[in-house]
Amino acid sequence: METLKKEETKTNKQTPIKISGAEAIIHCLLAEGANLVYGYPGGAIMPIYDELYKFQDKLTHILTRHEQGATHAAQGYARVTGDVGVAMATSGPGATNLVTGLADAQIDSTPMVCITGQVTRHLLGSDAFQETDIIGISTPVTKWNYQITRAEEIPEIMAKAFYIARSGRPGPVLVDITKNAQFEELDFFYEPCKKVRSYNPVPKPNKKAIEAAAELINSAKKPYIVFGQGVILGKAEEQLKSVVEKAGIPAAWTILGLSAMDTDHPLNVGMVGMHGNYGPNLLTNECDVLIAIGMRFDDRVTGDLDTYAKQAKVIHFDIDPAEIDKNVKTDVAVLGNARETLDLLLPLLNENRHEAWHNEFKKKYEIEFDAVIKNDIHPTKEGLTMGEVMEEINIASENKAVIVSDVGQHQMFACRYAKFKQTKSNITSGGLGTMGFALPAAIGAKMGAMDREVVAIIGDGGYQMTIQELGTIFQNKTPVKIVVLNNDHLGMVRQWQELFFDSRYASTVMVNPDFVKIAEGYHIKSTRVKERKDLKAAVEEMMASKDAFFLEVCVEKEDNVFPMIPSGASVSDVRLK
Amino acid sequence: MEKEWFTISVYSENNVGLLNRISGIFLKRHINIESLNVSKSEIEGVSKFTIVVFTTPEWTRKIVGQIEKQIEVIKAFYHTDEETIYQESALFKIASDLLFDERQIQNIIKESNSQIVTVSRDFFVLAKSGRKEEIDEMHDLLEPYGIMQFVRSGRIAVSKTEMPISSILNGYYDYSK
Ligand SMILES: Cc1ncc(C[n+]2csc(CCOP(=O)(O)OP(=O)(O)O)c2C)c(N)n1
Repeated sequence: METLKKEETKTNKQTPIKISGAEAIIHCLLAEGANLVYGYPGGAIMPIYDELYKFQDKLTHILTRHEQGATHAAQGYARVTGDVGVAMATSGPGATNLVTGLADAQIDSTPMVCITGQVTRHLLGSDAFQETDIIGISTPVTKWNYQITRAEEIPEIMAKAFYIARSGRPGPVLVDITKNAQFEELDFFYEPCKKVRSYNPVPKPNKKAIEAAAELINSAKKPYIVFGQGVILGKAEEQLKSVVEKAGIPAAWTILGLSAMDTDHPLNVGMVGMHGNYGPNLLTNECDVLIAIGMRFDDRVTGDLDTYAKQAKVIHFDIDPAEIDKNVKTDVAVLGNARETLDLLLPLLNENRHEAWHNEFKKKYEIEFDAVIKNDIHPTKEGLTMGEVMEEINIASENKAVIVSDVGQHQMFACRYAKFKQTKSNITSGGLGTMGFALPAAIGAKMGAMDREVVAIIGDGGYQMTIQELGTIFQNKTPVKIVVLNNDHLGMVRQWQELFFDSRYASTVMVNPDFVKIAEGYHIKSTRVKERKDLKAAVEEMMASKDAFFLEVCVEKEDNVFPMIPSGASVSDVRLK
Repeated sequence: MEKEWFTISVYSENNVGLLNRISGIFLKRHINIESLNVSKSEIEGVSKFTIVVFTTPEWTRKIVGQIEKQIEVIKAFYHTDEETIYQESALFKIASDLLFDERQIQNIIKESNSQIVTVSRDFFVLAKSGRKEEIDEMHDLLEPYGIMQFVRSGRIAVSKTEMPISSILNGYYDYSK
């Protein structure tokens, strides 16, 4: 693909070629290195699909079974590779079906370009067949969007779309193209976008702020790092590790920061947030300097803001100036790409160990282990637990798999117990909490990392939101491993009902179909486990399979996830039961 | 924190969708736009939104941060009333016979520093520029005589301090400040 990319750009550089707008779109995609796109055809985008047909040796289009699936697959691809994911759809219902994926990508800062067809220019605004104002609809959930109505706009806008999607704090971009612009011809000439004058993607690091941060860290007795996805997006994993090791600072992750640092690293103390680890939550209110790196103090992380880290000086490293002081007031703000700012910070830090402070995390871990973890991963009761399934997957994959989780209790178990050695390995819908994310996202992740095992962990509820993507897996022979942790309930909501609504299980009981039979209908190898004695072998069989594999594990129906910070409570009120 | 009047000045590329993006930011936070004006600015090809809100300094700062984040926005500033020179204008359409029959109306015109823009057989139009209170006051004075139509513009404002748009566009601006 690399050579192709160069060829394409070279010929275009020499002389502009006269081609249709639809063909121009393909050349733009190829020039941006996007040789894999997800989508679903329809009337208003047919000229582009016609070109996809002609260019199928250079550009692969994966037909998902729903446009939402196309966006999540593009997101999965983007999250595992760090490149821009691409999804396309027709106008009207095709376009509106992209909205959930756009919103998900927007809140989780995922680089994605969505291309939608639109009715022909002279019909705009006339309530034409399948006309919808997707620009208006998608505005709040895109980093940028644009409607192309003339073919000659295509190269510049597509270049800008990719540049904006991937630069700075990444995000989704939607380009809507009227049908006439796809048919019309233009003199095609492609130049990648390097700059948009009104847009400053990466603030320049300020030396003084970095010095102030170093001074605070050097004088701290109980410094504490919380890192988020900014570390992954900024490719700052090595820098983070060096800072943590040199200054001896315990470091915890947000759900999207997971896998930026080896989960077995001695200074990696676990997860913060509603279902995060006990110590990392509790000790947030005991540290003296809180160093937030590439995270945005989401309410699921902070709980009640009035009682969050009030005793601590706060240093906030972020690429997005709008995040500074948005939720938590900072003492020192360090703007910039984490890779750059941490590189500048490192030489200013004193070597340190903070052993007593680190021991407090260990002590809290022991408390959590006895009260929760032990029973989660080595249960003695009869029913199977989600935690033990994760543990078996860790063992069978040697902590090397990409784990894609859906939303609910199983997501929390996946993120709490999955082990990672490699970055970009935890793919989950963090900010939006989109049920139905995992199955299509796993398809994209697998296609982005063919050399790795990709395991989707899904609940019986979320599975049925995008279950039709089994068809995509079957048609493309995508060897993803699908694990459904079936508790016959919308487990997470049921847990809240149990704890906060006197166990009134309003619409959270699920009568489920035979999932194994459904997988078999798509010719996907599958098995069901109901008893502990069969679990290990089943997980091993799944991991050893060269093809896609579906594993249903019937787990305890009314288990809960702990620790838990009840919604709106303080991190100090983290409950173990 | 106390609520205050703030004038938000947004310098941007001239883009059709941007108004939608900007108003969405206010919508999300349930902050009412008290007045909005869009015009060209001192720099060729650069538009200027002047938005007036009544809210706390903290909310204003956060909103301006979100506005500035939009791709087509070059820079956004916010100022209190003391930090700006600002004006609004209003038009009053009034029946022509009043101009000749009501002596008091002529006094109001004189004292309010307003101009007669046009006079026809049926009506005349008064234009008044000034602060909102001045316009409100004039409205109250004229109201008893009957106002056929009234309209007031959004606020326009310039800041006392510099808004260094050119240096931003030329890449000389230090964002870290
Ligand atoms: C699209 C969507 N609808 C509703 C919700 C609210 N919600 C969050 S978790 C959950 C239950 C998930 O149930 P299941 O997929 O079976 O997973 P479990 O919690 O049982 O592991 C629901 C309904 C959501 N997050 N996303």
